[in-house]
Amino acid sequence: MFQSTITIKLRPSILDVQGKAVEHGIHTLGMKEVQNIRIGKSIQMVIDASSEADAKRITEEACKKLLANPVMEDFSYSIQKI
Amino acid sequence: MSSKVKFGVVVFPGSNCDHDAYHAAKHVLHQEAEFLWHKETDLKKSDVIILPGGFSYGDYLRTGAIARFSPIMNEVIKFAKNGGVVIGICNGFQILCESGLLPGVLLRNQSLLFSCKHIYVRAGTTNSRFTSELQANDVLRIPIAHGEGNFFAEKETLQEIEDNGQVAFRYCDESGSVTDASNPNGSLNNIAGIMNKTGNVMGLMPHPERACEEDLGSVDGKKIFESIINSFVLQTV
Repeated sequence: MFQSTITIKLRPSILDVQGKAVEHGIHTLGMKEVQNIRIGKSIQMVIDASSEADAKRITEEACKKLLANPVMEDFSYSIQKI
Repeated sequence: MSSKVKFGVVVFPGSNCDHDAYHAAKHVLHQEAEFLWHKETDLKKSDVIILPGGFSYGDYLRTGAIARFSPIMNEVIKFAKNGGVVIGICNGFQILCESGLLPGVLLRNQSLLFSCKHIYVRAGTTNSRFTSELQANDVLRIPIAHGEGNFFAEKETLQEIEDNGQVAFRYCDESGSVTDASNPNGSLNNIAGIMNKTGNVMGLMPHPERACEEDLGSVDGKKIFESIINSFVLQTV
């Protein structure tokens, strides 16, 4: 069994209005050093695969077909044996 | 076909403008209408498919992302690819983008707020089956109600949409000027609705089905439905 942890973020070319609003809040708290907040999603899933390569293939397929929309999002992932 | 146009209104779990669309088609425009449950695979000889507004699957993951995999969508995609007429309103527009029937995507409103109000739009082209009853300078007053209506497409895709005359509607002010102030959500080029290249699929964020009766404050949405209906009448003459 493997666990994939997927991170989905808006593509860099897209203005992240949610990130901007949070950044504004952080600055109001006095943390002026904080910049460029981007908000994304984290998705975890357990995969019953026979090898890490299989788990990778399944994770990528899930990301490309459903979990991320390539028009607006990029994804990355890590895989752990469990 | 019969003299009436048949509208098939798809119902997803979480659709909430399905009855409005059905009512507008059947009781206001006096056409045929039937609900199509999302698990069905039969479009029941509909001439026009409406993907209505709402919050299909609770907007989980991304708006429209899960509805796109409902069984009926395979049939809707086939229907559209064979030239069938499909209109996606609000959440329906988001589903059309997710399913690849329309280019681009609807991002979170720039204000981050759910925006529910009457706005003004004008046709991007009057040379389409969705806008043929409009004059180039007509301004329609139609409500919007969405949190994710900010149309975005990559530069090249946007250029293609513009060059092909695929913009169906743009947000404007009361006098018809397309301005930043009249853009309620940050959409690129004030885009409120687009068509596919072949002109048989349209998605739009405003709700024409909620603007078909005087009691609702506007009848401007009727012109969009009348354009669609007349496109069938003209075909059969």
